[in-house]
Amino acid sequence: MRILVLLKAVPVVGTERLDDALRTDRSVALEANGNDEYVLEAALKLTEAHGGEVTLLSVGPPGAMDPLRKALAMGATRAVHVADEAMRGSCYVGTARVLEAALRRLEYDLVFAGADTSDGQGGVIAPALAARLGLPYLSYASRIEPAPDGRTVTIRRLRPGGYDVLEAPMPALVMGTQVLGEPRYPSLRGIMQARNKEIRTWTLADLGLDARSVGAGAATTRVLRAEPPAQRAGATIIREAPETAVAQVIDLLAARRLI
Amino acid sequence: MDLDLSPEHSLLRDTLRDFLANEVAPVIDEHERARRFPTEVVSKLGPMGLLGIPYPEEEGGAGLDTLAYAIAVEEISRVWGSLGIIVAAHTSLGCGPLHVAGTPEQKERYLVPMAQGKVIGAYGLTEPEAGSDSGGTRTTATHQGGPDGGVWILNGGKRFITNAGQAGTYVVTARTGTREDGSAEISAFILDADTPGFKVGRLEEKMGLHASATGELFFEDCCVPANQMLGPRGGGWRTFLQILDGGRISIGAMALGLAQAALDASTIYARERRQFGRPIGSFQGVAFMVADMATDVEAARQMVYRAAWLKDQGRDYGLAAAQAKLFASEVSKRATNDAIQVHGGYGYIEEYKVERYLRDAKLTELGEGTSQIQRLVIGRKVLDLRVV
Repeated sequence: MRILVLLKAVPVVGTERLDDALRTDRSVALEANGNDEYVLEAALKLTEAHGGEVTLLSVGPPGAMDPLRKALAMGATRAVHVADEAMRGSCYVGTARVLEAALRRLEYDLVFAGADTSDGQGGVIAPALAARLGLPYLSYASRIEPAPDGRTVTIRRLRPGGYDVLEAPMPALVMGTQVLGEPRYPSLRGIMQARNKEIRTWTLADLGLDARSVGAGAATTRVLRAEPPAQRAGATIIREAPETAVAQVIDLLAARRLI
Repeated sequence: MDLDLSPEHSLLRDTLRDFLANEVAPVIDEHERARRFPTEVVSKLGPMGLLGIPYPEEEGGAGLDTLAYAIAVEEISRVWGSLGIIVAAHTSLGCGPLHVAGTPEQKERYLVPMAQGKVIGAYGLTEPEAGSDSGGTRTTATHQGGPDGGVWILNGGKRFITNAGQAGTYVVTARTGTREDGSAEISAFILDADTPGFKVGRLEEKMGLHASATGELFFEDCCVPANQMLGPRGGGWRTFLQILDGGRISIGAMALGLAQAALDASTIYARERRQFGRPIGSFQGVAFMVADMATDVEAARQMVYRAAWLKDQGRDYGLAAAQAKLFASEVSKRATNDAIQVHGGYGYIEEYKVERYLRDAKLTELGEGTSQIQRLVIGRKVLDLRVV
């Protein structure tokens, strides 16, 4: 089974900042988007159990190499990194265009994407890709089970109060959640093996894309302003022993008519 | 000259930081307070390859280099000194002699499971009368003929043995005779923990490193098959000197990690703690302490990494390792002590952790050669004289 995992390199959580154009500054240290690591873990477990290989696909700046290396050390087979200065400032449509072009050059039975990203949260890339590539789209997966004959895939899709069981023919695109299971730590052996794994780098030209079709110039939306969240009122920290602290918390809540 | 870490070394460091923060940091206090060996934590290290970092894959190791090992011990000790010394003693002292002097059969039987982390290792050299003067070893091994080369009968005892009672395999030294010049002939033996006649005695109540086990070993007519002699007869001394050279890098790395932890804690505290209406770090008295700590830590790091790098290049690293160990351990004591000073009264309270760093750091000036022994080693190498 060939699983293709979409991996976005995002600023290390907690260090996000905006650049002069009000876009997420991705010249800082990058890590794999947390949710993408959950679907990578699911992909690794599936290929370990049923055979096959996991290819990573990432579109992003040179700093994406670090999270790709880590994902290879976790056990992915190879990585494809699409990097081109002309992509800077792309909107979701532009990014989806690049990913679509890359996916058309790769072979897969399943494409995995994380539920959303810690630095963007547009939540549209995965469904946009499914639409552009004509793939069945299975979202919010908490379990992924390909059929033994390799023709269909079944997932559990989370919904409030339970889950639905969905089936689709392969190839398909699955958007997975953290319920799939904690990602592993790379082992030291994995880190050493990753040294010899292939990281293919593609430019827009390699994908047959016109540089003018992506990037800030082709963006369909424009960021006008970026506001930080409103400052919250100062927190009250109670450091007493539990027996005293509980009474104080109760008083505090009661004074605000919260209990 | 490239002073950047390779992508693999960086990834190793980042992976360890994640792992330590998520899986290890939350359980430290309970183990330190109860003086309990962290069996569960240690059992997670093996599958990650952290208990045989610098040994080749065919010997059960992760196949990385000494620099990677030093970085790992540094990062582990930065979070938990006890775990740092458990890993360092297992890797350098437990696995090290087998890697250096083991036969292929001994490596297969003992080193592979140890480097894979399935069995913990320990090294028994120190005795009540043989600390810095390891030549004063009193434990004896007497040969008795028999099939397959016969057996060696060990009698005596060891003291201050890290991982005592936790190890499944011990490498111990014993006198196997007297040389022509009257000096002791020292040989090394591999011992299974369940060998009849071998037992672990008292575990010490230490000043620091409370979750690591340090104890006595006793041999009473302890019978070891001849094929468990490690290295040639009388080769124990040579092996041991070689092992200590490497071990010094790991103790230097441990000292470095503790010093870095002290610096990290002091930096945060000096920025957050306010007195007289401003952060205490904005007073020179505090800022200069932090500045000295940061400078010391950086110098120690360069020395430890360089000693590891020399070893990885197959070059002579004995002097560099002794210098790195000496410097890093003294930096560690200073930095951890100053961290308490930066924290003021809070530094004296367990909750703020820096008092633990000082208690743990003190060991690095004692273990694997005291600072005085390091100066002796360095003095001899620099002067090319028999300094005593």
